[in-house]
Amino acid sequence: MSNATLVSTTVNGDPVQFACPTDESLMTALRNRVGLTGVKEGCGTGDCGACSVTLDGSLVCACLVLGVEAEGREVTTVEGLSQDGELHVLQQKFIDHAALQCGICTPGFLVAAKTLLDRNPNPDETEIRYALAGNLCRCTGYDKIVRAVQDAAKDMRKANKKRR
Amino acid sequence: MGHDQKYIDKKNYEVVGTRFNRPDGIDKVTGKARYGADASAPGQLVGRVLRSPHAHASIVKINVSKAEKLPGVKAIITSADLPDLTGQDQGLADILENCMARGRALYDGHAVAAVAAVDEQTAAKALKLIDVKYKKLPHVTDVDAAMCESAPVIHDRIITRGIEPKPTKPSNIAARTQMGHGDVEAGFAEADVVIEKSYKTEQTHQGYIEPHACLASVNPDGTAELWVTTQGHFVFRNVCASLLGLDIAKLKVTSSEIGGGFGGKTHVWVEPVALALSRKANRPVKLVMGRDEVFRATGPTSSTSIDVKMGAKKDGTITAAVAEMRYQGGAFPGNWAMLGCMTAFACYDIKNNESIGWDVVVNRPKVAAYRAPSAPMAAFAVESTIDELAKEIGMAPIDMRLKNVAREGTLAPYGPTYGPIGIEHTLKAVKDHPHMRAKLKKNQGRGVACGFWFNIGGQTCTDLNIGVDGTVNLTLGTVDVGGSRSSMAMIAAEELGIPYEQVRANIADTTSLGHNDMTEGSRGTFSSGMATVFAARDAIGVLKQRAAKMWGITEEDVIWENGQAIATGDSHGNLPPLSLKEIAAKAGRTGGPIAGHNEVVADGAGMGFASHICDVEVDPETGRSTIIRYTVVQDAGKAINPDYVEGQFQGGATQGIGWALNEEYIYGDDGCLQNPGFLDYRIPVCSDLPFIDTQILEVPNPLHPYGIRGVGETSIVPPLAAVGNAIANATGVRMSHAPMSPPRVLAAIDTLEHAS
Repeated sequence: MSNATLVSTTVNGDPVQFACPTDESLMTALRNRVGLTGVKEGCGTGDCGACSVTLDGSLVCACLVLGVEAEGREVTTVEGLSQDGELHVLQQKFIDHAALQCGICTPGFLVAAKTLLDRNPNPDETEIRYALAGNLCRCTGYDKIVRAVQDAAKDMRKANKKRR
Repeated sequence: MGHDQKYIDKKNYEVVGTRFNRPDGIDKVTGKARYGADASAPGQLVGRVLRSPHAHASIVKINVSKAEKLPGVKAIITSADLPDLTGQDQGLADILENCMARGRALYDGHAVAAVAAVDEQTAAKALKLIDVKYKKLPHVTDVDAAMCESAPVIHDRIITRGIEPKPTKPSNIAARTQMGHGDVEAGFAEADVVIEKSYKTEQTHQGYIEPHACLASVNPDGTAELWVTTQGHFVFRNVCASLLGLDIAKLKVTSSEIGGGFGGKTHVWVEPVALALSRKANRPVKLVMGRDEVFRATGPTSSTSIDVKMGAKKDGTITAAVAEMRYQGGAFPGNWAMLGCMTAFACYDIKNNESIGWDVVVNRPKVAAYRAPSAPMAAFAVESTIDELAKEIGMAPIDMRLKNVAREGTLAPYGPTYGPIGIEHTLKAVKDHPHMRAKLKKNQGRGVACGFWFNIGGQTCTDLNIGVDGTVNLTLGTVDVGGSRSSMAMIAAEELGIPYEQVRANIADTTSLGHNDMTEGSRGTFSSGMATVFAARDAIGVLKQRAAKMWGITEEDVIWENGQAIATGDSHGNLPPLSLKEIAAKAGRTGGPIAGHNEVVADGAGMGFASHICDVEVDPETGRSTIIRYTVVQDAGKAINPDYVEGQFQGGATQGIGWALNEEYIYGDDGCLQNPGFLDYRIPVCSDLPFIDTQILEVPNPLHPYGIRGVGETSIVPPLAAVGNAIANATGVRMSHAPMSPPRVLAAIDTLEHAS
């Protein structure tokens, strides 16, 4: 490995260190060095969104970010969505609505949808469709994905109201 | 074997027809599911493939000496490392040549050499150090151009099949097919109106989001393992074993979760290369394709050029129909035009019809099946022409379709006489659908189109093992591409009379179960469903024997109902029933493990028919078409899990819409693909589409115990024409070239305006 750099970062809440070449993408580093293969490679050029993760809360394609850019920052992948053994509402709704077929795009969709709902808890259909337009799905025609996100948003709003 | 009257009339399903969550759901939403690229092995190397930058070139010399000297490079292979063991099997020889060029690169992206190295960086560097001396040859990428006398001939060995007398010179025309019945000349003579039109469709890719990927490991003793994303690991095993000279039983192939296939993962591409690299390096090799490689070198569908002539009487009766269809199969011969011929007029009862197909080779990647392969293009031409015919006569297109619709007893253009089929049901449902009465605004139009696709059966093998606690392992060999593990578990639960949750369905590796054909031809649920029914009944036979033994009565006095054995007859009336769990718990003392098994060539596959309604709005300034409403009506025979049936309808329709509006391979004058990426090869995104409405009809297939028809493919057939017909109604222009992208629609609108 030439030009390897040691990277100290936080992944899904845990401190993580890995060494990677300076020209290696965050996607490859997460998959091959951190072992988080839920980050999927569909294109490597930022067109399909299968490798979507958040970097300090912002949605990025991990294939367009260098591994070394994760230094000192917080990365969240699909593996970090469920907490305390409970699926995130979005994860459960994707299963309930059959919003996945082959499932290869699902991790990216979940991360993108969560980023949307964190920002906008009550998106309309068009807002959902545009927020997810960077994630390609070839199996579902997006119908059941949009419905799952709508349903998850509804449940999350209800839960937030109760908490208040 | 498949015909079972008892179950055709079965109406009271307990489990089948309801909606259960898929068993692979949690793994897929948490990132745990392992796909082709998600496996690793101790000491694994990274494999990479060097590909031709030329459309057609002689490979004069490959010098690997510099690359070999690079530290970390463990193996480099060329075609010399894949000796031809295919004997007289030309089909297999084509596969071998497609996996690795043999003296000649036949298309942009054709594999020329491959390396295995310790990491990605080293492998990439090594590729650059391989020196290939090419001598460029004339190329041809267009199907019509390839048929011309003046076209460069790609294979000297290709003499057109299906022509009498046999041609003496080689050409790019691999085969001519003809089918149909009646007297078309007489039919046209009867017609009041005749329409003749020519159409073109561009090449599209299946566009699965997961690139091809595998992990191969070959030992010096000839044992080997392959982890791979595939639609059929048993077939991959057989093909790879043949190409590599391995014993079939010694090559263990495990199918990973598959990230989409749509036909594109029915063919081997990099798998024999990965095995050959591993054999040479004596270490496991992981080979993952990049997206550009997927576009340049794996299974697109054919581009086509089609002429259609149809005649009808004033009352709407179609008296004659002729289609001449030219399909390119890429650099190797296929049977794609034949499939076009078989499907073109299959929705209709046309007394006089004739289809002629030409299978053509060009300098493009070897064509692979793409969801109802060849049918969407034929349907685009025929269903567009029917709308033109209806317009000319002054009849509603839906009524014209109903007037000529195929029914039980209709002689299909490809030979057989139809049994019970659902095309008329789908058309009637379309006619009655509220969508058909919804108001349209300015620049909007509505189109209807029909589609047909076969189902196939094929070899299938299934095991069912009952644990001591009464839970059930269902072991399947057809790869689950659309949720079939859930559907099969539901069928097993239905037969055994136990809850769905008590069954776990798994896909076995090739060493654990008998051969299973590919998951293709909409056969997965049909054939594995059939084998699951019979395996469950086999197990029920064993359960009844064991219950009889526990009771000390004869087996004939035991029946199986609602998940339990019941003793019948006057003398056993007081015996309480024995549940599956109770029988399973005693298995060790009544004869050992309880299992059911079935191996079958699943005959009796039904036919799949659909009718679609599409509303489109066309922007007259830009030519951009937006789908504003879409409805799929399809006959499923019997929907095992309606969620997944709807998913197939919606996914297929969306792929068809992408083909209709955007997707196309664009080749430059140099014969190289100009858009090998998702940015320039644009598949539909979420914001392009409305919700896709679905209506499932159930006209049972009488040759399946549950009435199942395959549902995976038909839904991609109607959209091209449904969109084209909608655009015609919105704008007045008939698009004859798909995709109907903004520049093409705008040009057509401009031409119409200039003419008026």
